[in-house]
Amino acid sequence: MFEGWDAVVLARAQFAFTMSFHIIFPAFSIGLASYLAVLEALWLWTGREVFINLFNYWLKIFAVAFGMGVVSGIVMSYQFGTNWSVFADRAGPIIGPLMAYEVLTAFFLEAGFLGVMLFGLKRVGPRLHFFATLMVAIGTLISAFWILSANSWMQTPTGYSVNAAGQFVVADWLTVIFNPSFPYRLVHMVLAAYLTTAFVVGAVGAFHLLRDPHQAGARVMFSMAMWMATIVAPIQILAGDQHGLNTLEHQPVKIMAMEGHFESHKDGAPLYLFGWPNQAAGKLEYAIGVPKLGSLILKHSPDAPMAGLDTVPRENWPPVVFPFWSFRIMVGMGMLMAGLGLFSLIQRFRGRLYDSRLLHMFAVAMAPSGFIAVLAGWITTETGRQPFTVYGLLRTADAASPLAAPAVASSLIAFIIVYFAVFTAGVIYILRLMAAAPHHGEEGPAKDVPARAAGITPAAGAVTGAIR
Amino acid sequence: MSIAVDLAIVWAFIIAFAVFVYVVMDGFDLGLGILFPLFPRKQDRDVIMNTVAPVWDGNETWLVLGGGGMMAAFPLAYSVLMPALYTPIIAMLLGLIFRGVAFEFRWRTTSERNKWDIAFAGGSLLAALAQGVALGAILQGIQVSGRHYAGGWWDWLTPFSILTGVSLVIGYALLGATWLVMKTEGELRDRAYGLSWALLFAMLGAIGAVSIATPFLHLQYTQRWFTWPNIILTAPVPIAVAAVSVLLLRALARKYDYQPFFLVLTLFALCYAGLGISMYPFIVPQSITIWDAAAPENSQIFMLFGVAVLIPLILAYTAWAYYVFRGKVQAGHGYH
Repeated sequence: MFEGWDAVVLARAQFAFTMSFHIIFPAFSIGLASYLAVLEALWLWTGREVFINLFNYWLKIFAVAFGMGVVSGIVMSYQFGTNWSVFADRAGPIIGPLMAYEVLTAFFLEAGFLGVMLFGLKRVGPRLHFFATLMVAIGTLISAFWILSANSWMQTPTGYSVNAAGQFVVADWLTVIFNPSFPYRLVHMVLAAYLTTAFVVGAVGAFHLLRDPHQAGARVMFSMAMWMATIVAPIQILAGDQHGLNTLEHQPVKIMAMEGHFESHKDGAPLYLFGWPNQAAGKLEYAIGVPKLGSLILKHSPDAPMAGLDTVPRENWPPVVFPFWSFRIMVGMGMLMAGLGLFSLIQRFRGRLYDSRLLHMFAVAMAPSGFIAVLAGWITTETGRQPFTVYGLLRTADAASPLAAPAVASSLIAFIIVYFAVFTAGVIYILRLMAAAPHHGEEGPAKDVPARAAGITPAAGAVTGAIR
Repeated sequence: MSIAVDLAIVWAFIIAFAVFVYVVMDGFDLGLGILFPLFPRKQDRDVIMNTVAPVWDGNETWLVLGGGGMMAAFPLAYSVLMPALYTPIIAMLLGLIFRGVAFEFRWRTTSERNKWDIAFAGGSLLAALAQGVALGAILQGIQVSGRHYAGGWWDWLTPFSILTGVSLVIGYALLGATWLVMKTEGELRDRAYGLSWALLFAMLGAIGAVSIATPFLHLQYTQRWFTWPNIILTAPVPIAVAAVSVLLLRALARKYDYQPFFLVLTLFALCYAGLGISMYPFIVPQSITIWDAAAPENSQIFMLFGVAVLIPLILAYTAWAYYVFRGKVQAGHGYH
C-alpha cells in the first residue's frame, strides 16, 4: 500500500496535520496563562471572591488544554528528525540551539511550576502560588519567543554561512535570533494568542449571561474579554499590516501569492477582494478588485509599480490558492473581531453590556474566531514560503528524510486516528467544564483545598503564612 | 580562540545526562502506568496517579531536552537515528500522548469504566517498550551511507531489540514499584513491596541476558569489555551491580521506605554507565563518532552558556517542586 505515493507530500501532510492540531493548544494556553496570572493578581490585590472563583474555573480548563499542548508538542520536536532529517542535519546547528534554549528557558519553567500552580495553593500559600502562576505565564511567552525566532529564521535567514558538509553555520547569533521578520512575527503571534483566549473567555461569559444576566463570574469575565477585544483587535490589525510590509520587503513572492498578483502592474496594482487562483494558467479567475488600492496599502502610493509572479521562475511559485484564501479568512476574522470589540464598547457606554442578547449571541458565535484566524495566518505564512523550507536556500523537496512512502503514510494515518480520538475527547471535556457557570466556592483541580474557597482570603493567608 | 576542552566530549556527557535524567524520572512515571493493571481498585489508582500528577510534566521535559539537545549538538546523529528508529519513535510518541492526556482526562470522564485508565496503562507500556527497542536498535548498529540512514524501516526489529524492549519495561516497572513503596502506605505499599521483589529478580535476569547478548553483536563490544587493560576499568561495573543488588534485597527484606527506590536508581546508573562504555566514542555505533556528528563549535559554545547557568537552576526549582509535594500520598487527599 502507498508504494506509488510521494513520501515528501506525505511528510508535508503529516507536518501540516500535527502542527495545525498542536498550535490550537499553545495559542489558547499562552493567553490563558497570562489571564490566570491577572485573575490571581486581582484576587490578591482586591481580595474579591469572584476573582479566585474565576481563577479556579479557568485553571481546570487550562490543565486540560495545557496537557494536550505538551503531548502534541513533543511530536513536533521529534518530527524534525523522523520526517525531515536532511533539514535537521543541515539547519540543526542553527535551529537546534534555538529550540534547546526554548526547552531550557521555557518548557522546564512551565513544567516545573505547573504542579504547584495546579495543586499547590494550600501547600505553599497565596504569594508563592502566585509566583508559580507567574512563572508558568512567563514560560509560555519565552517559549513563543524562541520558537518564533526559529520559524522566522527559516522565513528570513540572516547571520549564517554554509560549511563544507552543507550545514548552515552561525556567523552571528544576535543576527540569527533577531532576524528581520522575527519582531513582527512575535508581536503578531502573541497578540493573536491573547485575542484567541479573549474570544473564548468572552464567549463563555456571554453564554452564561444569556442564561442569567446577573451571574457574577460571567459578568466579570465578559467585561474583561470585551475590553481585550476593543483594545487589542485594532492593535492587531495594525501589527498585521506592519508584518505584511515586512514580508513585502523580505519575501515579496509570498505577498504576490497572498494578493493574487500573477501579473505585474506597472502603474498601480489592484487589491483583489476575491477570485480563484489558477496556478496552471497563471491568472486569477473571477477576480473582484479595487483598482490601485493594493499599491496604496503596500507601497503607500496608488501608482507605485508592483511586480507579479510573472517575474518569478515557476519552480519558485508557492501554491497560490492556499496563501490567497487563508489570508482572506484571517483578515475577515480580524475585521469581525474588531467589529465585536466596537459593538461591545457601544453597548458598554449605553449600559447594556450585560443584557444585550444580540451582543452575547455575537460573542458566542465568535468563540472559535481566534483559532480560525491563527490557523489561517499560519497557513498563509507557511504555504507562502514554499517551495522552500529555509527560504531561498533549502527546498522542501530536498529537506525530507530518506524514507519509503509506506512508512510515512502509516505514521500519518496513526496520527490522524489518535489525534481525532484523543483531542476530540479533550475538547468535549473542556466544553463540559465551560458549560457549567463559575460559582461561589469554585474548586480548582486540587481537591484537598477545602471547598470553602469563600473563606480563603489572601489577607487571611498572609496572616497565617499558609492556608491549611 | 583555542579551546582546550574537547567540546564534543562535553556535549556527549550533557546529552547523556539529559537522557539519563529522563530515563529515571519518567521511568518511574511510566512504571506506574505499566503496573496500573495490577491495581484494579479505583481508590488505589487515584493515589498512584496523585503521587506523580504534580511532577510528571517536568519529568517528560527531559525527553525534549534529550531530543532537542541532540539535534543542536549532534545534528548528524539526530538526522541518522530518527529515520532509523522511525517506527519505535512514532510508537513512543503515540504512547506518550495517551499516557499524558490521561493525567487530566481520567478525572473528567463521567463513564463508569474509566477508559483513560486503559490509555494510561497502554500508553505507558507502549512508550517504555518503544524506548527499550530503540536502545537495542542503536546498540546493534545502524546502516549509514554518506550523511543519511541507508536501511529499511523494519531494520530495528530483531530478537535483541525485543530483549532490550522487554528489559526496559521490567526496569521501569521496578522503578515504579519502589516509588510506590516510598510514596504510599498501608495495603498499597505492601503490594508494592511484593511486586518489587518479583520485579527485582526479573530485572537482574534482564540485565544478565542483555549483558551476555551485547558482546555477540560486535567484536568492538567484546574487546571493549574483556581485553586487558580495559578490564580493569570495566570489571567494577558488574561487581557494583552485584553489590547494589544485595543491598536492594536487604532493603526490601527490612521494608525500608526510601532505600529501595534510590538503590534501583543506582542500578540504572550502573547499567547506563555500562552502555556508555560499550558505545564510546560512537554516537551511532560502528559508523558515526561524537566528533563526526558534532555541530560547529560556535553552536556548541552558544548552548554551553545556557546549559551551565540553566541546568542548575532547573534542578533547583524541580527539587523545590518535589519538596512541596513531599511525603506519603493518602487516599482521599488527592489533588483532583
